[in-house]
Amino acid sequence: MTALGKLFRTTAFKLSLAYLAIFTLFAFFLLGYIAFNARRLIADQVASVVEAETQGLAEQYMGGGLRRLVDVIESRSRQPGASLYLVAGPNGERYAGNIGRLPSDLLERPGQRTISYFHNDDDQKAHMALVRVYQLPQGVRLLVGHDLAEADRLRQVIRRAFSWSLSLVVILALLGGWFVTRRVLGRIDAMTDATRGIMKGDLSGRLAIAGTNDELDRLAVNLNAMLDRIEELMSGMKEVSDNIAHDLKTPLTRLRNGAEEALRTAETPNDYRNALEGTIEEADNLIRVFNALLMIARAEAGNARDNMAGFDVAEVARDVVELYEPVAEEAGVPLRLEVEPGLRIRGSRELIGQALANLVDNAIKYAPKPLEAVAATDGGQVPSPSPEVLVRAGQHGDTVELAVADRGPGIPAADRSRVLERFVRLEGARTRPGFGLGLSLAAAVARLHGGTLRLEDNEPGLRAVVALPATAGA
Amino acid sequence: MDMKLLIVEDDTDSAAYLVKAFKEAGHVADHAADGLDGYALAREGDYDVLIIDRMLPKLDGLSLIHGLREQKVETPVLILSALGQVDDRVKGLRAGGDDYLPKPYAFSELLARAEVLARRRRTGPVEETRYRVADLELDRLSHTVARAGKPIELQPREFRLLEYLMKHAGQVVTRTMLLENVWDYHFDPQTNVIDVHLSRLRGKVDRGFDRPLIHTVRGAGYVVRDSAR
Repeated sequence: MTALGKLFRTTAFKLSLAYLAIFTLFAFFLLGYIAFNARRLIADQVASVVEAETQGLAEQYMGGGLRRLVDVIESRSRQPGASLYLVAGPNGERYAGNIGRLPSDLLERPGQRTISYFHNDDDQKAHMALVRVYQLPQGVRLLVGHDLAEADRLRQVIRRAFSWSLSLVVILALLGGWFVTRRVLGRIDAMTDATRGIMKGDLSGRLAIAGTNDELDRLAVNLNAMLDRIEELMSGMKEVSDNIAHDLKTPLTRLRNGAEEALRTAETPNDYRNALEGTIEEADNLIRVFNALLMIARAEAGNARDNMAGFDVAEVARDVVELYEPVAEEAGVPLRLEVEPGLRIRGSRELIGQALANLVDNAIKYAPKPLEAVAATDGGQVPSPSPEVLVRAGQHGDTVELAVADRGPGIPAADRSRVLERFVRLEGARTRPGFGLGLSLAAAVARLHGGTLRLEDNEPGLRAVVALPATAGA
Repeated sequence: MDMKLLIVEDDTDSAAYLVKAFKEAGHVADHAADGLDGYALAREGDYDVLIIDRMLPKLDGLSLIHGLREQKVETPVLILSALGQVDDRVKGLRAGGDDYLPKPYAFSELLARAEVLARRRRTGPVEETRYRVADLELDRLSHTVARAGKPIELQPREFRLLEYLMKHAGQVVTRTMLLENVWDYHFDPQTNVIDVHLSRLRGKVDRGFDRPLIHTVRGAGYVVRDSAR
């Protein structure tokens, strides 16, 4: 596409063409209106001059008859800028007047009309005039008129103004359009270049912002925000695949080793059965890890959004506590629940339930065993706190908070952001069951709902707080 | 109770495995390899349960189900899918599916769910108000449970757990089925939370009686059954 072709296709150019058409039309109407009215005004003026002259001449004629009329006309004819007069006899012989050749039958027809005439018989140029013809007694004709040169001049002035303003409008519109088009085109071309670079793989590239806060700037800002999000998602994807590569290979190797070992050493059908059952268990664990990873990735991508509905977080907290209560009791950990009623949020009940279940599961897992607590008290040291796990659901302003607090070892402040990453398990936690995905899943779920997961010191222990935006007016 | 099933699955290995496994469990299974064949077979054959993969050649699983439902074919449908997320499940059920099982699955899970669907089709929508297994009785209206005439006190959730088990008496019920139907959550609880609930229930229902009624099925789940018969 040529540069000119491109110019013709731009929106800015089309717009300036449209403006040009509108302004031209407007100028046309305005000048036309002025011209029409000015012409009418002049015509009226000429008519009233002729009227006044006629009035005056009529008075002279009444007073002094034809003789007087001829005298007056002769004297008036000689004045500069005079009106037009002619007094003629019944056979066309001229008695007085300042007018040359006339249309032949003009004097035969009384009344007012516009005619062309010549100043004298040698005059080459015709002039326009408004005339009135009267019939006087004894076949005498009187013609009174006024030259229309002024109207002619006005018409010329207007015509000139017309062509001038039209060409000015056209030139200005074309110039303006060209300027705007070039400016806008230039910025859009810059944007196109930048996006092309980004599409080639440089995800860190961004569009330039001119700082004028106009439409293009706002577009660029939004596109940049979109690019930020894409980059974030891409790095998330990369992280997921890195993690899959790193952390799924270990259990896969274990699975394979187990199967190989069974082939090598198993002798009885029972050995094979045990090995196969172990294999299935490993596979199930892998599936679980895989599902959790997928869910985190999808929660972070915001894909579950279409499944959101209003629900009561207090109910979910009650459900989850009720679900885990027997497990907690078996582990000797009192599980307590404090809920405020009616904590409406908008989101996925399933995901919030799962996030809370993960947190409660963690809390029970890391709660000090009742025996440890007793041993500490017996040893005469600082008495260990009770191993209780407290689940609280409450509203603070616009946020609904779901907190799970335990009396376990807690997480050192320095590690708190790190443990939200996938697969991160602190030293000392490696020996306990789990995959290190619980917290990152809870964090991803919180983010999906426009909230956060906070890890706090429960002095001692860990308090994990999921803060979610409350539904207004619910 | 033997079922007649239709498996619509394009992966021939998985399909052959399923046909064989269902046969071993005493059922009859047909196989269709694409959506159009599946649609034709499902409309003509008198199946108890249709097991339909979501991604199929020629006609995808959800459209297939939608088409069947429009033709007033009300055979229960179990959707198998590699997409296991919450919203995928919702989409599947909205399209007319009756149950949804994400891949990969344990066959015992699939079998248990298919049997529940088949039973529902045969007994129809009428729900009994009293369940009875051996000398264990559950009254759904008065919310009371009695064994050998002696009332048993149950927590509301324990009642619903036993209710679900007794509704499907003689059928294996998996842990995820219990979590779905008794708690109405579809996630996978990481520890053995369901087992602990079951052992509590057992303590109330079976303790002190020489004939246990709640049985653990290894690698699958639980079943309420009168073991003497």
